[in-house]
Amino acid sequence: MSTGYQIVVCGGIVPDPLQTLEPVTGPAGPGLKNELMLPAVLDPWAGHALYEAAHLAKQVPGSKAWLVSLGPKAKLQQVMMTVAQKVSFELVALDGPGGGFTESFEVAAALAEAIQALPGLDRSRLLLFGGWESASRGGGTTLQMIGERLGILDQFQGVDSLVVGGDGSLQILERIEGGKHQVSRCAGPPAVLGWATGNLPEPPNNPQVGMANMRVNMPALQKAKPAKLGAEGLTYARVSLPKQQRETRIVKDQPAGEIAREILAWITTA
Amino acid sequence: METILVLLHTDPDGSLARSALEAVGAARGLQGQMSGSTLVAGLVGGEIQTAAASLAGCGAARILAASGPEFTQSRYATDAAAAEAVCRAAGATIVVAPGTSRWHRALPGVAQRLNGRVDTHVTGVSAEGGAPVVTRWYYRQRMEASLTRTLRPWIIVVDPGCQAPWQGEIGSTAPEPVPVSLPEGCERTTVSGVQAPAADQQTIRPDADLLFVAGAGWTKKQADGKVHGPEAGELILGFLRLSQASLGGSKSLVDLKGEGEAVLPFMTHLNQVGQTGATPRHPKGLATCCHGEEPHVVGWRFITERRAVNLDPNCGWARGKADVLYVADAFEVMRQVNALLAARAKA
Repeated sequence: MSTGYQIVVCGGIVPDPLQTLEPVTGPAGPGLKNELMLPAVLDPWAGHALYEAAHLAKQVPGSKAWLVSLGPKAKLQQVMMTVAQKVSFELVALDGPGGGFTESFEVAAALAEAIQALPGLDRSRLLLFGGWESASRGGGTTLQMIGERLGILDQFQGVDSLVVGGDGSLQILERIEGGKHQVSRCAGPPAVLGWATGNLPEPPNNPQVGMANMRVNMPALQKAKPAKLGAEGLTYARVSLPKQQRETRIVKDQPAGEIAREILAWITTA
Repeated sequence: METILVLLHTDPDGSLARSALEAVGAARGLQGQMSGSTLVAGLVGGEIQTAAASLAGCGAARILAASGPEFTQSRYATDAAAAEAVCRAAGATIVVAPGTSRWHRALPGVAQRLNGRVDTHVTGVSAEGGAPVVTRWYYRQRMEASLTRTLRPWIIVVDPGCQAPWQGEIGSTAPEPVPVSLPEGCERTTVSGVQAPAADQQTIRPDADLLFVAGAGWTKKQADGKVHGPEAGELILGFLRLSQASLGGSKSLVDLKGEGEAVLPFMTHLNQVGQTGATPRHPKGLATCCHGEEPHVVGWRFITERRAVNLDPNCGWARGKADVLYVADAFEVMRQVNALLAARAKA
C-alpha cells in the first residue's frame, strides 16, 4: 500500500491585484468591466497551497499533486504558462466563469465532480488543499463544501503549517483570533486544508519544470470540460465601489516635536 | 415566516465573546424588521449554562443547546455535527452566526449538509421590502455588494466589529438539549493547544483602539545613506508597548522576512494588512513609511480615522486615503512620540 499522498489543490484565477477593478451588471448578473481583458494570476492563497502541495509531494515518495482550476479556458492557459514554471503538478481544467460573483455552492459541486473523476485517485490518501479564501469572492466556503461532498470530516482553515509525524499523523497550525495559531493533530489523510500564507516563498521559475508540466497540462486545457454555474435564488441588489476619496490635510514643514504632540493628542483622545 | 436562529459557540470558559453578542444584535435587528419572524438562539460548547443565562433576555422564543465535552474543542467534525443538529432542531430558515475562526471553518460545510447557502464576512444585515438583505465585500474589500437569497436555510456569518453588541440582563433559563449524532471517526483530530507569542511580544491586538501600520520604508536607507533596521524595530516595538496599539505591516515589509532579510524579526504574515492580508477594524490608524496604491491601501479600509507619516506628499497610500498626512521623517516623529508617551506613563 502506498504511503504517498494524493494532493489535490483547488485554485482559481483572479485579476492581477494591481489592476483597477470596476463592477458592471450584465444579463447574467454582476461582473467586472472588461473582465476578459484583465491580466489574471493564480489566486494568491491558492498559490501558497500549490507550493506547499508540491513541496510535500517532493518530501513523501509516491505522492502526486494535481491542480483543479475553474475559469475561462483562455485565461487559465495564460496563467498556467507562468504557474507551470514554478512547481510540478497535473492540471485538471474546468472551463467556466471564475469571477467573484459566482455561487460557491455551485463551484464546489463542479470541483468535487472533477476530483471524483480523477483516474486512480486513492481517497484514503487524499489531502485536499486550497486557499482559505479567494481574492475574488473571499468567502472561504468552497473547500468545506467540496470536503463534505467527498465525505471528509477532518478540515482545517487558515493553515500556516503542516508537519507529518513519524506515525503518519498531521500536525497542523491554523490561524485563530488575535494573531494566534490553534495546534491540532489529525490521525492522517483524508483531510481538507485551506492554506493561509504557509511558510514557503514563491518558487523561482524553472523552465525545465515548465516544459514537463505543459506537456501534460496543455492537453488538459484543450480537454477542459465546460462547467455551467447556476445561482439559484441569488439576487444582487447592488454592487458598487466604495467612496474612497478623503480630504487629506497635508502637514508640511512642521517640526517633528510638534507633529509628535499632535499625534499623541489624537491617539489619546477617545 | 422566517425562523431566525442566532447560532453561537461558547468560549473555553463557557462565556460568549463580544462577536457572539454582535451576532445576537444583528439577528434581533433582522427579526425586528421582518414581521411574523421568530428568533431562536442556539448554543454549542462544552459548558453552556453561563452563556444561556446571558441570553435569557434576548427575546428568543427558544434556546437550544448542543453541549458536552466533545464540543469543547474547536474541531470541524464535531462543530459541524452540532451546528447541523441545532439548525435542524430549530427549523431555521435563516441562521445568523459570528464570524469566528471556529464558525468560519464549520458553517460552510453545514450549509452543504442542509442543502442551504452561506455568505460569510457579512458587514450588514437588514430587511428590504420584507426580504432579508446582506452586505459584504468582494475582491478583497475593493467593491461592496448587497444581495438577497430565496433559498433556505441561509447561513449568514457576520464579521466581528460591524454590529453593535446586544446587551441584556443575565437571567435564568433552561436551554432545550439537542441530541447530536456524532459520526464515526469524528475525533480523529485533537486540539493540543494554542501557539501564541509571549504576552509582552504579542503585536496583534484586535481590540486595540489604534492600528499602527509599518511600511517597507522603515527598512530603506535613511537620510544618512544607511539602513537603521534595529532602531526601526526598537521604535516600533517601543510605540506598541507604550500605546498598546495593534501592529499591521505592508506586504512588502512582511515579505522581506520570507526573503531571508531579518529586518523586523517580529513582523510576520499574521501582521500583514492589505490585498493578501487582513483588513482589521479599529477606530484609528497610523501608517508610517507606507507606500503603494489601491490594492494595498485596502488594508485600512475599515479604519475610521486615519493619519500617516510619510516623506512623500503624493504617496498613494496617504493622499486621499488619510485624514491627515504628516510629511516628515517617521524615525524622528516616532522617537518623539515615544518620549512623550513614556513621560506621560511616568507622570
